[in-house]
Amino acid sequence: MLRGIRPAYLSGITKGTTPMRDTLLSVRDFSVVYDVDPPVAAVRNVSLDLQRGEILGLAGESGCGKTTLAYGVQRLLKAPAVITSGSVTFHDASGEDIDVNALDPDAMRRFRWDKVSMVFQGAMNSLNPVATIGAQLDDVFEVHRPGMTSAERRAAVVELLEIVKVGAQRYRSYPHELSGGMRQRVMIAMALALRPQLMVMDEPTTALDVLVQREILKQISALRHEFGFSVVFITHDLPLLLEISDRIAIMRDGRIVELATAERIWNDPQDAYTKTLLESFPRLTGEKGMVLR
Amino acid sequence: MTAVQPPHPTEQSTDTPERTPDAVEAGTTAHRVTKGRSRVPWRFLGGRAVFYAFTLWAAITINFFLPRMMKGDAVTQYLSRNRNVTPEAADALRSLLGLDTDKSLWQQYVDYWALLLQGDLGVSLLHGLRPVTEVISQSLPWTIGLVGFATIVSFAVGTIGGAIVGWRRGSRLDALVPITTFLSTIPYFWLGLLAIALFSVNLGWFPIGKAYGVGVSPAFTPEFIGQVIHHGTLPAVTIIIASLGGWMLGMRNMMLTVLDEDYVMVAEAKGMPSHRVLWRYAARNAVLPQIQSFALSIGFIVGGTIVMEMVFSYPGVGKLLLDATNAKDYALMQGVFLVITISVLLANLLADLAYAFLDPRTRQTEG
Amino acid sequence: MTTLEFDAVTKVYSVRGAGHITALDDVSFTLTSGQTIGLVGQSGSGKSTIAKILTQLETPTSGEVRLDGQPIPRRGKGLRAYRQQLRMVFQDPFASLNPYHSIRYHIQRPLRLDKVVPKAQEDSEVRRLLERVRLDADSVIDRRPHELSGGQRQRVAIARALASRPKLLVADEPVSMLDVSIRLGILNLLADLQREEGLGVLYITHDLATARHFSDEILVLNQGRVVERGPADDVILRPQDPYTQALRAASPDPDHFFATTTGHHGGAA
Repeated sequence: MLRGIRPAYLSGITKGTTPMRDTLLSVRDFSVVYDVDPPVAAVRNVSLDLQRGEILGLAGESGCGKTTLAYGVQRLLKAPAVITSGSVTFHDASGEDIDVNALDPDAMRRFRWDKVSMVFQGAMNSLNPVATIGAQLDDVFEVHRPGMTSAERRAAVVELLEIVKVGAQRYRSYPHELSGGMRQRVMIAMALALRPQLMVMDEPTTALDVLVQREILKQISALRHEFGFSVVFITHDLPLLLEISDRIAIMRDGRIVELATAERIWNDPQDAYTKTLLESFPRLTGEKGMVLR
Repeated sequence: MTAVQPPHPTEQSTDTPERTPDAVEAGTTAHRVTKGRSRVPWRFLGGRAVFYAFTLWAAITINFFLPRMMKGDAVTQYLSRNRNVTPEAADALRSLLGLDTDKSLWQQYVDYWALLLQGDLGVSLLHGLRPVTEVISQSLPWTIGLVGFATIVSFAVGTIGGAIVGWRRGSRLDALVPITTFLSTIPYFWLGLLAIALFSVNLGWFPIGKAYGVGVSPAFTPEFIGQVIHHGTLPAVTIIIASLGGWMLGMRNMMLTVLDEDYVMVAEAKGMPSHRVLWRYAARNAVLPQIQSFALSIGFIVGGTIVMEMVFSYPGVGKLLLDATNAKDYALMQGVFLVITISVLLANLLADLAYAFLDPRTRQTEG
Repeated sequence: MTTLEFDAVTKVYSVRGAGHITALDDVSFTLTSGQTIGLVGQSGSGKSTIAKILTQLETPTSGEVRLDGQPIPRRGKGLRAYRQQLRMVFQDPFASLNPYHSIRYHIQRPLRLDKVVPKAQEDSEVRRLLERVRLDADSVIDRRPHELSGGQRQRVAIARALASRPKLLVADEPVSMLDVSIRLGILNLLADLQREEGLGVLYITHDLATARHFSDEILVLNQGRVVERGPADDVILRPQDPYTQALRAASPDPDHFFATTTGHHGGAA
């Protein structure tokens, strides 16, 4: 069969073309324990450097610690989760190095969303059901940019809704009036609001249909190209991750068992578990990983 | 939105038909998006109005039949208390009360509605043949004023307190829940009598019973208002104490549920200050089920305070109903029932409106 | 040989305020024992309506479903016999198993209801079924659903479905809630059972890749209509309908991706 050129929607995530290759986030020896009886080590001594502008895929099966790691870095974990060791340093674009663990609650609050924003899985439940889309976007500016007038905020929200192609006319819509795909676009607009340097995306497209999923991915890719943020993309969907990530970290039992470029993970996996994962999904067009029939 | 482009140019690289992705997009949700500006939920309100009209009709009709199905009419009762009434006078009384049996039941029913629509609820035997409307309108303000005030305060304090206790779960504030729950398990008459014994009899801080002192006539004077507040304090405070626990427990439990919702996590990740997360995101959603219970308890203000009015000799509707029942004063009973029915319905209507205002999902015009 | 015919079935729901919604529009297929049909569609495509009609939760607006030429009885003994012939495996094995009952109970119940084996043989039959789905009967038989992993629970659900010795199995997204590394195991198990017991399997899914490897024939549903049907590889590898092509293009396909970006074919892994 003739194979065509790279599809247009993938052009934004071509590997190795991002000019800046300096580190945005350094995680060192990071551990999280769920303080239950018996205690569960959810993340064990993870160290990792996230480059400016890259998409880092975080793959692994349920309970491997990938979500705990991503939330822990933002200090968003709730009891009984306890961060037992490690440091997280955010290398701000201004040149300042921010020690995330040393931030007091108020500074932490200002750090969140301004530097690192998130897109969560449940497109349905991530939005407050009793507030309009516009109000929930406006919120971000009201809290983080107290200098803005309400007219400026409104203009900024309208711009965001247009950027993610939801449309300004949805300003007064409530979440339940939007489809799952639309809601996730609103969440992306919200994550983009303060032009953060990092977006953490936790299974952002898992609940969506495959066509809608592809539209959203295209959009994330285009936005990243335009605004230059880094992405940590968490999912169990390895085939998807292989297509969109620059590098992939495979997690198992709280540890990163392998961290390499997507291409290398695909062509030359080192860890036995990575190989198992790669072999376990049926290939759409390839012949490997198929059901024995 | 743009059409999905197949990645293989050899396999038909032209755009797929426009309908396909749109259809899928629409297919991901069962809801149609309402684009118009019209936010008044006419359809919803209309449906509720029909429901309330029917309920009111049914309640009034049952109200009409109830005394006619009971044994021993009011006049017999009245005669047994007043021996020197002639048979002619008794007949006249019967026809005055609409109990003359020579009319068909249907005719009686039609007459009943005609009188009702004129605001004529008959006369009360117990209160010297004064019109029932007049008798009730003397008691109603006392009940609504006192119990209404106490219920609203209790709801507000309990809900706000429950929101804070739920938000600070695990802190020392948690102790408030068992304390207020314990207070609400004390039988109300006992709580009332205890309050009277302690604050009125022993300490003498508050008067015993009644809405205002003897020898004071109702008027909008500082003296009279002071009296009303002085007399109303104990009943109001005991009602608040007895009902606070329920509101607090309900709100706290809803808060615990809501705090696990994704949008609360999102609000925190968004760097919202705590008070904003608490009130605008968590409490705003947790209060919705409370509204329904609040409507129910507002509705029962009028009828459900007999114990309080007995304990504190308060001249309200509950006491009126009790006296009317003892004396088989049907006209008065019917009047009180009607007032209770209407207030329950009104309260529910208010709750519907509040709910529609607070929860956009109920406003959804289906389709 | 058991044959299920889904003959020109249309299902129209009337929705208050929105008129009518056609959930299924003239859908036909024939499932015979020993064959696997993949029903591919996204949410709202009508694939769950088909499952509902097959389980008699819904009745068709027009058209007919026949088992071995006989229309499905609405109630009574006939319906029970139909249900014994056709069993379901659902997406969420945790939701379909009662947390208060042991695994033994779950599999015993259909045995007893359908009087599959005499009472004395029940225990050995339960064990046989558990072994059949590659579970260690001794270690799971007295456990409760929450003590098992997701994959084990789905195996129990399959064992329960097999208990009545059905001829046809409807598997509605049986692996989409499971971890990737155990999906293949469940699908291989279903494929083995299908081959060894001559089961007819209707595999309902949104996932093109598993549908391709697991099915003989694939039907692609869009908005209640079958837009494409044919042998599995033809439909997935050489889709003709624009909608199927769009689905195919949107599905992750690392083989194709790395082949086109690096020049290697299929990868060296």
